[in-house]
Amino acid sequence: MPVAVWVIIGVVVVLAIILWSLYNGLVRLRNQVKNAWAQIDVQLKRRHDLIPNLVETVKGYMKFERETLEAVTKARNIAVQASSAGAGERAKTEGELSSALSRLLAVVERYPDLKANQNFLALQEELTSTENKISFSRQFYNDSVLKYNNQTQMVPSNIVAGMFGFKAGEFFEVTLAAEREAPKVSFTQ
Amino acid sequence: MGALLILIGYFLGLAFDSAMAGLVIAILLWVILSLVAYFQGDSILLSMSKARKIRPDDHPRLFNVVEEMKIASGLEKMPDIYIIDDPALNAFATGRDPNKASVAITSGLLQKLNRDELQGVMAHEISHVKNRDVLLMAMCGVLLGTIVILAYYGSRFLFLGGAGSRRSSSSKGGGQGQIIVLVVALVFIILAPIFAQLIYFAISRKREYLADASGALYTRYPEGLASALEKLAASTDQLRSANQATAPMYIINPFRKKGLKASDLTSTHPPISERIRILRAMAGASFNNYDQAYRQVHGGQGVISAASLTAETVPIATIKLEGEAGELNEVQRARETSDVMWRLSNYKTITCDCGAKLRVPPNFQEPQIKCPHCGRTHRV
Repeated sequence: MPVAVWVIIGVVVVLAIILWSLYNGLVRLRNQVKNAWAQIDVQLKRRHDLIPNLVETVKGYMKFERETLEAVTKARNIAVQASSAGAGERAKTEGELSSALSRLLAVVERYPDLKANQNFLALQEELTSTENKISFSRQFYNDSVLKYNNQTQMVPSNIVAGMFGFKAGEFFEVTLAAEREAPKVSFTQ
Repeated sequence: MGALLILIGYFLGLAFDSAMAGLVIAILLWVILSLVAYFQGDSILLSMSKARKIRPDDHPRLFNVVEEMKIASGLEKMPDIYIIDDPALNAFATGRDPNKASVAITSGLLQKLNRDELQGVMAHEISHVKNRDVLLMAMCGVLLGTIVILAYYGSRFLFLGGAGSRRSSSSKGGGQGQIIVLVVALVFIILAPIFAQLIYFAISRKREYLADASGALYTRYPEGLASALEKLAASTDQLRSANQATAPMYIINPFRKKGLKASDLTSTHPPISERIRILRAMAGASFNNYDQAYRQVHGGQGVISAASLTAETVPIATIKLEGEAGELNEVQRARETSDVMWRLSNYKTITCDCGAKLRVPPNFQEPQIKCPHCGRTHRV
Protein backbone atom coordinates (compact mmCIF):
# COMPACT_ATOMS: atom_id res chain seq x y z
CA MET A 1 0.00 0.00 0.00
CA PRO A 2 2.70 2.56 0.82
CA VAL A 3 4.14 1.93 -2.65
CA ALA A 4 0.91 3.10 -4.29
CA VAL A 5 0.88 6.20 -2.11
CA TRP A 6 4.45 7.02 -3.10
CA VAL A 7 3.63 6.54 -6.78
CA ILE A 8 0.67 8.93 -6.47
CA ILE A 9 2.78 11.51 -4.66
CA GLY A 10 5.46 11.15 -7.32
CA VAL A 11 2.99 11.65 -10.16
CA VAL A 12 1.49 14.71 -8.45
CA VAL A 13 4.92 16.25 -7.91
CA VAL A 14 5.95 15.66 -11.52
CA LEU A 15 2.69 17.16 -12.78
CA ALA A 16 3.13 20.18 -10.52
CA ILE A 17 6.65 20.76 -11.88
CA ILE A 18 5.44 20.52 -15.48
CA LEU A 19 2.56 22.91 -14.77
CA TRP A 20 4.91 25.31 -13.01
CA SER A 21 7.41 25.46 -15.87
CA LEU A 22 4.70 25.83 -18.53
CA TYR A 23 3.07 28.62 -16.56
CA ASN A 24 6.38 30.44 -16.09
CA GLY A 25 7.20 30.08 -19.76
CA LEU A 26 3.90 31.68 -20.70
CA VAL A 27 4.40 34.52 -18.23
CA ARG A 28 7.86 35.19 -19.64
CA LEU A 29 6.54 35.38 -23.19
CA ARG A 30 3.60 37.58 -22.16
CA ASN A 31 5.99 39.98 -20.44
CA GLN A 32 8.19 40.05 -23.53
CA VAL A 33 5.14 41.02 -25.59
CA LYS A 34 4.30 43.76 -23.09
CA ASN A 35 7.87 45.09 -23.16
CA ALA A 36 7.95 45.05 -26.94
CA TRP A 37 4.69 46.99 -27.01
CA ALA A 38 6.15 49.56 -24.64
CA GLN A 39 9.09 49.95 -27.03
CA ILE A 40 6.78 50.73 -29.94
CA ASP A 41 4.95 53.19 -27.73
CA VAL A 42 8.17 55.03 -26.84
CA GLN A 43 9.11 55.39 -30.49
CA LEU A 44 5.66 56.53 -31.60
CA LYS A 45 5.67 59.20 -28.88
CA ARG A 46 9.13 60.27 -30.01
CA ARG A 47 7.80 60.74 -33.51
CA HIS A 48 4.85 62.76 -32.25
CA ASP A 49 7.30 65.04 -30.42
CA LEU A 50 9.55 65.50 -33.45
CA ILE A 51 6.87 66.52 -35.91
CA PRO A 52 6.05 70.04 -34.57
CA ASN A 53 9.79 70.79 -34.69
CA LEU A 54 10.03 69.54 -38.22
CA VAL A 55 7.02 71.54 -39.40
CA GLU A 56 8.41 74.66 -37.73
CA THR A 57 11.81 74.26 -39.44
CA VAL A 58 10.38 73.45 -42.82
CA LYS A 59 7.66 76.13 -42.86
CA GLY A 60 9.95 79.05 -43.69
CA TYR A 61 11.37 77.31 -46.75
CA MET A 62 8.23 75.77 -48.18
CA LYS A 63 5.97 78.50 -49.44
CA PHE A 64 3.95 76.35 -51.77
CA GLU A 65 3.42 73.22 -49.72
CA ARG A 66 0.88 74.34 -47.15
CA GLU A 67 -1.40 71.42 -47.91
CA THR A 68 1.33 68.84 -47.35
CA LEU A 69 2.34 70.48 -44.07
CA GLU A 70 -1.24 70.70 -42.86
CA ALA A 71 -1.81 67.04 -43.71
CA VAL A 72 1.18 66.08 -41.55
CA THR A 73 0.03 68.19 -38.61
CA LYS A 74 -3.51 66.83 -38.87
CA ALA A 75 -2.39 63.22 -39.11
CA ARG A 76 -0.14 63.77 -36.10
CA ASN A 77 -2.96 65.20 -33.99
CA ILE A 78 -5.24 62.30 -34.86
CA ALA A 79 -2.45 59.84 -34.00
CA VAL A 80 -1.82 61.56 -30.66
CA GLN A 81 -5.52 61.30 -29.80
CA ALA A 82 -5.51 57.59 -30.64
CA SER A 83 -2.51 56.98 -28.35
CA SER A 84 -4.52 55.04 -25.82
CA ALA A 85 -6.46 52.96 -28.35
CA GLY A 86 -5.82 49.29 -29.15
CA ALA A 87 -3.18 47.96 -31.51
CA GLY A 88 -5.47 47.83 -34.54
CA GLU A 89 -6.73 51.42 -34.26
CA ARG A 90 -3.26 52.79 -33.54
CA ALA A 91 -1.71 50.95 -36.45
CA LYS A 92 -4.22 52.68 -38.71
CA THR A 93 -3.66 56.24 -37.44
CA GLU A 94 0.13 55.81 -37.31
CA GLY A 95 0.05 54.44 -40.84
CA GLU A 96 -1.72 57.59 -42.01
CA LEU A 97 0.90 59.70 -40.27
CA SER A 98 3.73 57.74 -41.90
CA SER A 99 2.35 58.28 -45.36
CA ALA A 100 1.77 62.02 -44.76
CA LEU A 101 5.38 62.29 -43.52
CA SER A 102 6.87 60.44 -46.45
CA ARG A 103 4.98 62.74 -48.83
CA LEU A 104 6.51 65.72 -47.02
CA LEU A 105 10.02 64.29 -47.15
CA ALA A 106 9.62 63.57 -50.84
CA VAL A 107 8.75 67.21 -51.46
CA VAL A 108 11.91 68.32 -49.61
CA GLU A 109 13.94 67.24 -52.64
CA ARG A 110 12.69 70.37 -54.43
CA TYR A 111 14.26 72.72 -51.85
CA PRO A 112 18.06 72.66 -52.00
CA ASP A 113 18.34 75.44 -49.36
CA LEU A 114 16.43 73.33 -46.90
CA LYS A 115 18.62 70.33 -47.59
CA ALA A 116 21.67 72.40 -46.65
CA ASN A 117 20.14 73.51 -43.34
CA GLN A 118 22.05 71.85 -40.45
CA ASN A 119 19.03 71.97 -38.19
CA PHE A 120 16.91 70.24 -40.80
CA LEU A 121 19.55 67.60 -41.48
CA ALA A 122 19.75 66.74 -37.79
CA LEU A 123 15.95 66.55 -37.61
CA GLN A 124 15.82 64.39 -40.69
CA GLU A 125 18.33 61.94 -39.22
CA GLU A 126 16.26 61.77 -36.04
CA LEU A 127 13.10 61.22 -38.03
CA THR A 128 14.61 58.56 -40.30
CA SER A 129 15.97 56.77 -37.28
CA THR A 130 12.67 57.01 -35.42
CA GLU A 131 10.88 55.54 -38.43
CA ASN A 132 13.42 52.70 -38.43
CA LYS A 133 13.05 52.19 -34.71
CA ILE A 134 9.28 52.03 -35.10
CA SER A 135 9.53 49.37 -37.76
CA PHE A 136 12.18 47.40 -35.85
CA SER A 137 10.20 47.51 -32.63
CA ARG A 138 7.11 46.46 -34.58
CA GLN A 139 9.12 43.61 -36.06
CA PHE A 140 10.26 42.49 -32.60
CA TYR A 141 6.76 42.92 -31.17
CA ASN A 142 5.19 40.79 -33.90
CA ASP A 143 7.84 38.09 -33.48
CA SER A 144 7.14 38.07 -29.75
CA VAL A 145 3.37 37.90 -30.29
CA LEU A 146 3.84 35.02 -32.73
CA LYS A 147 5.93 33.09 -30.20
CA TYR A 148 3.45 33.81 -27.40
CA ASN A 149 0.40 32.91 -29.47
CA ASN A 150 2.00 29.67 -30.64
CA GLN A 151 2.68 28.82 -27.03
CA THR A 152 -0.91 29.54 -25.94
CA GLN A 153 -2.35 27.42 -28.76
CA MET A 154 -0.05 24.41 -28.77
CA VAL A 155 -0.46 21.24 -26.67
CA PRO A 156 0.30 21.01 -23.78
CA SER A 157 0.76 24.66 -22.87
CA ASN A 158 -2.68 25.55 -24.28
CA ILE A 159 -4.23 23.73 -21.30
CA VAL A 160 -2.31 25.93 -18.87
CA ALA A 161 -3.13 29.00 -20.95
CA GLY A 162 -6.82 28.14 -20.78
CA MET A 163 -6.70 27.50 -17.02
CA PHE A 164 -5.07 30.82 -16.19
CA GLY A 165 -6.62 32.97 -18.88
CA PHE A 166 -3.66 33.74 -21.15
CA LYS A 167 -5.28 35.43 -24.12
CA ALA A 168 -3.73 35.55 -27.58
CA GLY A 169 -1.91 38.80 -28.39
CA GLU A 170 -2.84 41.20 -31.17
CA PHE A 171 -0.41 41.75 -34.05
CA PHE A 172 0.64 45.27 -35.01
CA GLU A 173 0.00 45.17 -38.75
CA VAL A 174 0.56 48.33 -40.67
CA THR A 175 -0.69 48.31 -44.20
CA LEU A 176 0.57 51.78 -44.83
CA ALA A 177 -1.12 53.86 -47.44
CA ALA A 178 2.40 54.99 -48.33
CA GLU A 179 3.64 51.43 -48.66
CA ARG A 180 0.80 50.61 -50.98
CA GLU A 181 1.38 53.72 -53.04
CA ALA A 182 5.16 53.48 -53.09
CA PRO A 183 6.47 53.88 -56.63
CA LYS A 184 7.72 50.66 -58.12
CA VAL A 185 11.36 50.85 -59.13
CA SER A 186 12.37 48.22 -61.63
CA PHE A 187 15.98 47.42 -62.37
CA THR A 188 15.97 46.43 -65.98
CA GLN A 189 19.36 45.84 -67.45
CA MET B 1 39.32 21.83 -25.76
CA GLY B 2 38.75 21.33 -22.07
CA ALA B 3 39.72 17.70 -22.53
CA LEU B 4 42.91 18.78 -24.29
CA LEU B 5 43.74 21.02 -21.34
CA ILE B 6 43.22 18.23 -18.82
CA LEU B 7 45.24 15.80 -20.91
CA ILE B 8 48.13 18.20 -21.31
CA GLY B 9 48.17 18.82 -17.58
CA TYR B 10 48.05 15.09 -16.99
CA PHE B 11 50.96 14.29 -19.30
CA LEU B 12 52.96 17.18 -17.98
CA GLY B 13 52.48 15.87 -14.47
CA LEU B 14 53.28 12.32 -15.57
CA ALA B 15 56.61 13.46 -16.90
CA PHE B 16 57.44 14.72 -13.42
CA ASP B 17 56.18 11.54 -11.73
CA SER B 18 53.02 13.22 -10.42
CA ALA B 19 50.04 13.44 -12.73
CA MET B 20 47.92 15.11 -10.07
CA ALA B 21 50.28 18.05 -9.65
CA GLY B 22 50.19 18.68 -13.41
CA LEU B 23 46.41 18.61 -13.42
CA VAL B 24 46.19 20.99 -10.49
CA ILE B 25 48.57 23.46 -12.14
CA ALA B 26 46.63 23.31 -15.41
CA ILE B 27 43.27 23.88 -13.77
CA LEU B 28 44.58 26.60 -11.47
CA LEU B 29 46.09 28.52 -14.38
CA TRP B 30 42.88 28.15 -16.33
CA VAL B 31 40.69 29.36 -13.45
CA ILE B 32 42.84 32.45 -12.88
CA LEU B 33 42.92 33.38 -16.56
CA SER B 34 39.17 32.80 -16.88
CA LEU B 35 38.39 35.06 -13.95
CA VAL B 36 40.54 37.82 -15.38
CA ALA B 37 38.95 37.42 -18.81
CA TYR B 38 35.44 37.36 -17.36
CA PHE B 39 35.70 40.42 -15.18
CA GLN B 40 38.32 42.51 -16.98
CA GLY B 41 38.18 41.18 -20.54
CA ASP B 42 36.14 44.00 -22.05
CA SER B 43 38.06 46.84 -20.43
CA ILE B 44 41.40 45.22 -21.33
CA LEU B 45 40.28 44.80 -24.93
CA LEU B 46 38.93 48.34 -25.20
CA SER B 47 41.97 49.98 -23.67
CA MET B 48 44.33 47.82 -25.74
CA SER B 49 42.62 48.92 -28.92
CA LYS B 50 42.69 52.57 -27.72
CA ALA B 51 38.93 52.86 -28.15
CA ARG B 52 37.18 56.00 -26.97
CA LYS B 53 33.64 56.05 -25.66
CA ILE B 54 31.22 58.43 -27.33
CA ARG B 55 28.01 60.09 -26.18
CA PRO B 56 24.79 60.29 -28.26
CA ASP B 57 25.45 63.84 -29.49
CA ASP B 58 29.02 63.04 -30.58
CA HIS B 59 27.76 61.02 -33.49
CA PRO B 60 23.95 60.85 -33.60
CA ARG B 61 23.78 58.61 -36.67
CA LEU B 62 26.04 55.91 -35.24
CA PHE B 63 24.17 56.08 -31.97
CA ASN B 64 20.79 55.80 -33.70
CA VAL B 65 21.89 52.87 -35.83
CA VAL B 66 23.09 50.97 -32.77
CA GLU B 67 19.85 51.74 -30.95
CA GLU B 68 17.84 50.51 -33.93
CA MET B 69 19.71 47.22 -33.81
CA LYS B 70 19.29 47.01 -30.06
CA ILE B 71 15.55 47.29 -30.58
CA ALA B 72 15.47 44.81 -33.47
CA SER B 73 17.41 42.20 -31.50
CA GLY B 74 15.39 42.75 -28.32
CA LEU B 75 18.46 43.52 -26.20
CA GLU B 76 17.40 45.03 -22.92
CA LYS B 77 20.20 47.48 -22.41
CA MET B 78 21.83 49.88 -24.84
CA PRO B 79 25.47 48.85 -25.40
CA ASP B 80 28.25 51.43 -24.94
CA ILE B 81 29.68 52.74 -28.19
CA TYR B 82 33.39 53.31 -28.83
CA ILE B 83 35.36 54.75 -31.72
CA ILE B 84 38.92 53.66 -32.53
CA ASP B 85 40.96 56.33 -34.28
CA ASP B 86 42.43 54.17 -37.04
CA PRO B 87 42.11 54.32 -40.85
CA ALA B 88 41.84 50.51 -41.01
CA LEU B 89 38.32 49.20 -41.55
CA ASN B 90 37.01 47.10 -38.69
CA ALA B 91 34.53 46.83 -35.86
CA PHE B 92 34.07 44.58 -32.84
CA ALA B 93 31.76 43.80 -29.96
CA THR B 94 32.71 42.92 -26.41
CA GLY B 95 31.18 42.46 -22.97
CA ARG B 96 30.59 39.31 -20.96
CA ASP B 97 26.79 39.39 -21.02
CA PRO B 98 24.11 41.17 -23.05
CA ASN B 99 23.53 43.67 -20.25
CA LYS B 100 27.13 44.81 -20.15
CA ALA B 101 28.12 45.03 -23.77
CA SER B 102 30.11 47.45 -25.89
CA VAL B 103 30.53 47.86 -29.61
CA ALA B 104 33.50 49.59 -31.21
CA ILE B 105 34.15 50.79 -34.74
CA THR B 106 37.21 52.33 -36.36
CA SER B 107 36.94 55.89 -37.64
CA GLY B 108 38.01 54.58 -41.05
CA LEU B 109 35.03 52.27 -41.28
CA LEU B 110 32.66 54.86 -39.89
CA GLN B 111 33.36 57.24 -42.74
CA LYS B 112 33.39 54.55 -45.40
CA LEU B 113 29.92 53.10 -44.79
CA ASN B 114 26.55 54.54 -45.66
CA ARG B 115 23.62 54.17 -43.29
CA ASP B 116 22.42 50.76 -44.48
CA GLU B 117 25.91 49.32 -44.45
CA LEU B 118 26.56 50.70 -40.98
CA GLN B 119 23.32 49.08 -39.92
CA GLY B 120 24.46 45.75 -41.35
CA VAL B 121 27.79 45.90 -39.52
CA MET B 122 26.17 46.90 -36.23
CA ALA B 123 23.57 44.14 -36.63
CA HIS B 124 26.45 41.66 -36.96
CA GLU B 125 28.13 43.04 -33.83
CA ILE B 126 24.91 43.14 -31.80
CA SER B 127 24.32 39.53 -32.88
CA HIS B 128 27.63 38.59 -31.29
CA VAL B 129 26.37 40.20 -28.09
CA LYS B 130 22.92 38.63 -28.29
CA ASN B 131 24.27 35.15 -29.13
CA ARG B 132 26.76 35.47 -26.26
CA ASP B 133 29.64 34.85 -28.64
CA VAL B 134 31.82 37.29 -26.78
CA LEU B 135 31.76 35.20 -23.64
CA LEU B 136 32.08 31.95 -25.60
CA MET B 137 35.10 33.16 -27.58
CA ALA B 138 36.71 34.68 -24.50
CA MET B 139 36.42 31.41 -22.63
CA CYS B 140 37.66 29.41 -25.63
CA GLY B 141 40.49 31.89 -25.99
CA VAL B 142 41.45 31.44 -22.35
CA LEU B 143 41.44 27.66 -22.72
CA LEU B 144 43.58 27.97 -25.82
CA GLY B 145 45.91 30.39 -24.07
CA THR B 146 46.30 28.06 -21.08
CA ILE B 147 47.12 25.14 -23.34
CA VAL B 148 49.66 27.17 -25.29
CA ILE B 149 51.34 28.46 -22.12
CA LEU B 150 51.47 25.02 -20.54
CA ALA B 151 52.80 23.43 -23.70
CA TYR B 152 55.44 26.12 -24.12
CA TYR B 153 56.86 25.85 -20.62
CA GLY B 154 56.12 22.12 -20.42
CA SER B 155 58.27 21.33 -23.44
CA ARG B 156 61.14 23.34 -21.97
CA PHE B 157 60.95 21.68 -18.56
CA LEU B 158 60.60 18.32 -20.19
CA PHE B 159 63.88 18.62 -22.08
CA LEU B 160 65.77 19.54 -18.93
CA GLY B 161 63.86 17.56 -16.33
CA GLY B 162 63.41 14.56 -18.65
CA ALA B 163 67.11 14.03 -18.95
CA GLY B 164 67.51 14.13 -15.19
CA SER B 165 64.74 11.72 -14.36
CA ARG B 166 65.90 9.25 -16.98
CA ARG B 167 69.30 8.98 -15.38
CA SER B 168 67.89 8.38 -11.93
CA SER B 169 65.30 5.85 -13.05
CA SER B 170 67.66 3.81 -15.22
CA SER B 171 69.64 3.00 -12.11
CA LYS B 172 66.45 1.45 -10.71
CA GLY B 173 65.99 -0.57 -13.89
CA GLY B 174 62.52 0.66 -14.99
CA GLY B 175 63.77 3.04 -17.67
CA GLN B 176 62.02 1.59 -20.71
CA GLY B 177 58.44 2.41 -19.66
CA GLN B 178 59.33 5.87 -18.52
CA ILE B 179 60.95 6.74 -21.83
CA ILE B 180 57.80 5.73 -23.71
CA VAL B 181 55.70 7.90 -21.41
CA LEU B 182 58.13 10.76 -21.96
CA VAL B 183 57.97 10.44 -25.73
CA VAL B 184 54.18 10.29 -25.72
CA ALA B 185 54.04 13.32 -23.42
CA LEU B 186 56.43 15.23 -25.65
CA VAL B 187 54.50 14.47 -28.84
CA PHE B 188 51.27 15.39 -27.12
CA ILE B 189 52.64 18.64 -25.75
CA ILE B 190 53.75 19.63 -29.22
CA LEU B 191 50.46 18.68 -30.88
CA ALA B 192 47.98 19.91 -28.24
CA PRO B 193 48.30 23.63 -28.94
CA ILE B 194 47.91 23.00 -32.67
CA PHE B 195 44.73 20.98 -32.19
CA ALA B 196 43.39 23.49 -29.69
CA GLN B 197 43.98 26.26 -32.18
CA LEU B 198 42.20 24.43 -34.97
CA ILE B 199 39.18 23.79 -32.74
CA TYR B 200 39.21 27.42 -31.68
CA PHE B 201 39.27 28.64 -35.27
CA ALA B 202 36.45 26.29 -36.23
CA ILE B 203 34.24 27.57 -33.41
CA SER B 204 35.06 31.16 -34.30
CA ARG B 205 34.15 30.70 -37.96
CA LYS B 206 30.88 29.03 -37.08
CA ARG B 207 29.92 31.93 -34.81
CA GLU B 208 30.75 34.39 -37.59
CA TYR B 209 28.31 32.68 -39.94
CA LEU B 210 25.69 32.69 -37.20
CA ALA B 211 26.22 36.41 -36.55
CA ASP B 212 25.84 37.12 -40.28
CA ALA B 213 22.59 35.15 -40.30
CA SER B 214 21.23 36.96 -37.23
CA GLY B 215 22.34 40.28 -38.65
CA ALA B 216 20.36 39.62 -41.82
CA LEU B 217 17.37 38.61 -39.75
CA TYR B 218 17.46 41.74 -37.58
CA THR B 219 17.84 44.20 -40.44
CA ARG B 220 15.71 42.16 -42.89
CA TYR B 221 18.26 43.45 -45.38
CA PRO B 222 21.24 41.13 -46.06
CA GLU B 223 22.46 43.42 -48.84
CA GLY B 224 23.49 46.07 -46.28
CA LEU B 225 25.99 43.76 -44.58
CA ALA B 226 27.06 42.25 -47.92
CA SER B 227 27.94 45.61 -49.41
CA ALA B 228 29.72 46.66 -46.19
CA LEU B 229 31.79 43.46 -46.34
CA GLU B 230 32.62 44.25 -49.94
CA LYS B 231 34.08 47.60 -48.87
CA LEU B 232 35.94 45.90 -46.04
CA ALA B 233 37.37 43.31 -48.41
CA ALA B 234 38.75 45.95 -50.72
CA SER B 235 41.02 47.35 -48.03
CA THR B 236 44.04 45.60 -46.58
CA ASP B 237 45.07 48.14 -43.98
CA GLN B 238 45.89 46.12 -40.90
CA LEU B 239 44.53 47.34 -37.64
CA ARG B 240 47.47 48.59 -35.60
CA SER B 241 46.00 47.80 -32.23
CA ALA B 242 44.71 44.28 -32.94
CA ASN B 243 46.50 41.17 -31.79
CA GLN B 244 46.05 37.42 -32.07
CA ALA B 245 44.05 37.15 -28.87
CA THR B 246 41.45 39.69 -29.86
CA ALA B 247 41.10 38.70 -33.53
CA PRO B 248 37.83 36.71 -33.33
CA MET B 249 35.96 39.68 -31.91
CA TYR B 250 36.33 41.75 -35.07
CA ILE B 251 33.92 41.75 -37.98
CA ILE B 252 36.66 40.60 -40.33
CA ASN B 253 40.02 39.06 -39.61
CA PRO B 254 42.34 42.00 -38.78
CA PHE B 255 45.40 40.10 -40.03
CA ARG B 256 44.29 39.14 -43.50
CA LYS B 257 46.71 39.70 -46.33
CA LYS B 258 45.95 40.62 -49.88
CA GLY B 259 45.58 37.71 -52.28
CA LEU B 260 45.57 35.15 -49.53
CA LYS B 261 42.76 32.67 -49.85
CA ALA B 262 41.71 32.44 -46.26
CA SER B 263 39.45 29.45 -46.61
CA ASP B 264 42.04 27.29 -44.86
CA LEU B 265 41.67 25.96 -41.35
CA THR B 266 43.86 28.57 -39.70
CA SER B 267 41.61 31.58 -39.84
CA THR B 268 39.27 33.01 -37.24
CA HIS B 269 36.92 34.24 -39.96
CA PRO B 270 35.38 32.64 -43.02
CA PRO B 271 36.61 34.14 -46.31
CA ILE B 272 34.84 37.45 -46.93
CA SER B 273 33.97 36.64 -50.54
CA GLU B 274 32.12 33.57 -49.36
CA ARG B 275 30.23 35.50 -46.68
CA ILE B 276 29.17 38.05 -49.30
CA ARG B 277 28.02 35.36 -51.73
CA ILE B 278 25.97 33.64 -49.02
CA LEU B 279 24.29 36.90 -48.00
CA ARG B 280 23.48 37.76 -51.61
CA ALA B 281 22.08 34.26 -52.28
CA MET B 282 19.49 34.58 -49.52
CA ALA B 283 15.92 34.34 -50.77
CA GLY B 284 14.45 35.69 -47.53
CA ALA B 285 15.83 37.03 -44.27
CA SER B 286 15.21 34.03 -41.98
CA PHE B 287 17.76 31.55 -40.58
CA ASN B 288 16.30 28.98 -42.99
CA ASN B 289 17.16 31.17 -45.95
CA TYR B 290 20.69 31.68 -44.64
CA ASP B 291 21.14 27.97 -44.16
CA GLN B 292 19.95 27.26 -47.69
CA ALA B 293 22.20 29.95 -49.12
CA TYR B 294 25.13 28.53 -47.15
CA ARG B 295 24.56 25.04 -48.50
CA GLN B 296 24.23 26.43 -52.00
CA VAL B 297 27.48 28.45 -51.83
CA HIS B 298 29.60 26.32 -49.54
CA GLY B 299 28.19 22.86 -50.11
CA GLY B 300 27.90 20.23 -47.40
CA GLN B 301 25.80 20.64 -44.30
CA GLY B 302 24.28 23.86 -43.03
CA VAL B 303 25.78 26.03 -40.30
CA ILE B 304 22.69 26.80 -38.25
CA SER B 305 21.67 24.30 -35.60
CA ALA B 306 18.38 22.55 -36.40
CA ALA B 307 16.77 23.92 -33.22
CA SER B 308 16.94 27.52 -34.44
CA LEU B 309 15.47 26.73 -37.84
CA THR B 310 11.82 27.72 -38.06
CA ALA B 311 9.46 27.35 -40.96
CA GLU B 312 8.11 30.90 -40.96
CA THR B 313 8.91 33.08 -43.95
CA VAL B 314 10.62 36.41 -43.41
CA PRO B 315 10.64 38.69 -46.45
CA ILE B 316 13.62 40.92 -47.26
CA ALA B 317 13.04 44.66 -47.05
CA THR B 318 12.76 46.35 -50.43
CA ILE B 319 15.98 47.34 -52.16
CA LYS B 320 17.10 50.76 -51.03
CA LEU B 321 18.76 53.17 -53.40
CA GLU B 322 22.20 54.63 -52.86
CA GLY B 323 22.16 58.33 -52.05
CA GLU B 324 18.65 58.49 -50.60
CA ALA B 325 17.36 61.78 -49.20
CA GLY B 326 19.46 63.01 -46.30
CA GLU B 327 22.22 60.49 -46.87
CA LEU B 328 25.68 62.02 -46.53
CA ASN B 329 28.25 61.25 -49.19
CA GLU B 330 31.72 59.94 -48.40
CA VAL B 331 33.39 63.35 -48.19
CA GLN B 332 30.74 64.64 -45.80
CA ARG B 333 31.07 61.50 -43.69
CA ALA B 334 34.84 61.92 -43.58
CA ARG B 335 34.41 65.51 -42.34
CA GLU B 336 31.84 64.45 -39.79
CA THR B 337 34.08 61.67 -38.47
CA SER B 338 37.15 63.87 -38.24
CA ASP B 339 35.06 66.46 -36.34
CA VAL B 340 34.17 63.77 -33.83
CA MET B 341 37.79 62.67 -33.46
CA TRP B 342 38.98 66.24 -32.86
CA ARG B 343 36.25 66.79 -30.31
CA LEU B 344 37.14 63.58 -28.50
CA SER B 345 40.71 64.88 -28.17
CA ASN B 346 39.30 68.02 -26.52
CA TYR B 347 40.03 70.28 -29.47
CA LYS B 348 37.62 73.17 -29.92
CA THR B 349 36.34 73.83 -33.41
CA ILE B 350 35.65 77.40 -34.53
CA THR B 351 34.08 77.87 -37.94
CA CYS B 352 35.25 81.13 -39.47
CA ASP B 353 32.98 83.22 -41.70
CA CYS B 354 35.32 82.52 -44.62
CA GLY B 355 34.50 78.82 -44.28
CA ALA B 356 37.76 77.72 -42.69
CA LYS B 357 37.59 75.51 -39.63
CA LEU B 358 40.00 76.36 -36.82
CA ARG B 359 40.98 73.54 -34.46
CA VAL B 360 42.00 74.97 -31.11
CA PRO B 361 44.14 72.60 -29.02
CA PRO B 362 43.12 72.09 -25.37
CA ASN B 363 46.29 73.76 -24.05
CA PHE B 364 45.74 76.96 -26.04
CA GLN B 365 45.99 79.89 -23.61
CA GLU B 366 45.31 83.08 -25.62
CA PRO B 367 41.83 84.64 -25.38
CA GLN B 368 41.70 85.27 -29.14
CA ILE B 369 42.72 83.44 -32.27
CA LYS B 370 43.30 84.77 -35.77
CA CYS B 371 42.06 82.92 -38.80
CA PRO B 372 45.15 82.08 -40.90
CA HIS B 373 43.05 82.10 -44.04
CA CYS B 374 41.30 85.49 -43.98
CA GLY B 375 42.73 87.26 -40.92
CA ARG B 376 39.52 87.64 -38.88
CA THR B 377 39.95 87.29 -35.14
CA HIS B 378 37.80 84.97 -33.06
CA ARG B 379 37.23 84.70 -29.34
CA VAL B 380 38.18 81.32 -27.91
